[in-house]
Amino acid sequence: MSNNRSSRYKDKIFQGMGITATFSCILILAIFLGFIIYQGIERLSWDFMVSLPSRFADQSGIYTAWIGTLWVLVLTTVISFPIGVGAGIYLEEYGKKNKLSTFLEINIANLAGVPSIIYGLLGLEVFVRLAKMGNSILAGSLTLSLLILPIIIVSTREALRAVPKTIKDASFAMGASKWQTIWKQVLPASFGGILTGVILAISRAVGETAPLIVVGALAYVPFAPTGPFDEFTVLPIQIFNWVSRPQHEFVINAAAAIIVLLSITFVMNGIAVYLRNRWQKKVSW
Amino acid sequence: MKLKEKIIEKLLAACALLTILTTIGIILILLVEAIGFFQEVSIVDFLTDTQWTPLFSQKSYGILPLLSGTFLTTFIAIAVALPVGLTIAIYLNEYAPKRFKMVLKPLLEVLAVVPTVVYGFFALMIVTPFLKNFIPELSGFNALSPGIVMGIMIIPFVSSLSEDALSSVPNSLRQASFGMGSTKFQTAFRVMVPAASSGIIVSAILAISRAIGETMIVAIAAGHQPRLTLDPTIPIETITAYIVQVSMGDVPYGTLAYKTIFAAGITLFVFTFILNNISYWIRTKYQEKYE
Repeated sequence: MSNNRSSRYKDKIFQGMGITATFSCILILAIFLGFIIYQGIERLSWDFMVSLPSRFADQSGIYTAWIGTLWVLVLTTVISFPIGVGAGIYLEEYGKKNKLSTFLEINIANLAGVPSIIYGLLGLEVFVRLAKMGNSILAGSLTLSLLILPIIIVSTREALRAVPKTIKDASFAMGASKWQTIWKQVLPASFGGILTGVILAISRAVGETAPLIVVGALAYVPFAPTGPFDEFTVLPIQIFNWVSRPQHEFVINAAAAIIVLLSITFVMNGIAVYLRNRWQKKVSW
Repeated sequence: MKLKEKIIEKLLAACALLTILTTIGIILILLVEAIGFFQEVSIVDFLTDTQWTPLFSQKSYGILPLLSGTFLTTFIAIAVALPVGLTIAIYLNEYAPKRFKMVLKPLLEVLAVVPTVVYGFFALMIVTPFLKNFIPELSGFNALSPGIVMGIMIIPFVSSLSEDALSSVPNSLRQASFGMGSTKFQTAFRVMVPAASSGIIVSAILAISRAIGETMIVAIAAGHQPRLTLDPTIPIETITAYIVQVSMGDVPYGTLAYKTIFAAGITLFVFTFILNNISYWIRTKYQEKYE
């Protein structure tokens, strides 16, 4: 390849393009977030957090929405955490290299790519109709659990894979059984990584809107839910509802609710990143 | 002791098998409800009729307008995400100083964790008014603005997948290229990108699949008017947005209108299923192996 002046030019031009592209993205993100804060921060108050939804924008609050989100968050965690980690352990530690495990792998990769709204249709038929749970928090949480299972399984497997084989061999050599080795050695060593994956998956579930709309989470719920069989709404749906209204006051409400939703998402992701870094530092064989 | 081990293994296996049940469940419910739909609407009408008006008194069940809406927003999103995402991936991998990259990557990832309903807000409240400055005839609801915002959302997805592919190319190839006197640009485009091409193609296919299935951005900012058009300035409706629209209303269980969301759903599922499998196939078949 000849290295004349023009190819050096191209080099510089592309470097410029790269910097521009990267910083444009970050700039756009900053503009978006700045706009949200500018629009919504004044509306954010204690009253806004503890008020029920109302026809009047200035009296409306997000109490039912964030209580609903909290319920969904807890239930989804309780359901998806053991199942996802269990499946991950099975595939990584027990699964033999046979047709079934290849099929499971393709299937999970596939599920991870299924649009979230399709999970909503599944939840609507299976949980809401067949299991007769109605438009309840439980039906919504089960739907979201299925949605995030592939994410948890994949991240669990990655975390387990990072545990050196020598640790397992040493445990086996001491006479430990397979499960004892997994429970006493492999899981403690990989727990940080597993937890990181679970938190990231749950934070995704908290931001999901479409599947919950399909399973019948409501735009307007007069009272905060008190149990898993109550009807409910969540923050993203409340935001969607307010954004869809023409009056500017409701848009302000939406912006304020977005600040709350983004705070939850960012805090969860922050915790996940912190755990990942801490865990990477601590475990070194 | 032996028994306990066996029980635990079975329990864990059950967790793993749940994923297969999920897939079967999805395919089954989509098929059953869609078959119910096609008993009342001919599949030829479904595929060829140019009107989609199941909720009006004058009913038509042609999926084409929803497909064109989905195609349009997906095309715009990919036209934004692919070039920008790839440029960023190549820049971060070949040009950016290491410390710089360590700061920039997490910042870009933030774009990927923002919930989609928030992107919908951005599209409707910021991007559409902004675009109106340049395109005065742009409607308040349109395909252009949600398409662009969807593209921005997918950028970190494309850039991080492509970057993974680029960084798995062994350094010796890069060094050999530099040794021949190539510039970084030549190395990137004549050595690194071709060597990582299968991974980059996979990232593009998965990005398309994401864009097709994306719901809230288009439900908020694209309007709810199914139209067979490729004009990005007027209101349209995608398959996903239609499902949301029906779910928001009170459509009774078992009616034809109820079944339309499954007919729309199975169409959506078929597209993403094919794309996901192609990407999986490419990944396993064409994964470049270096020693």
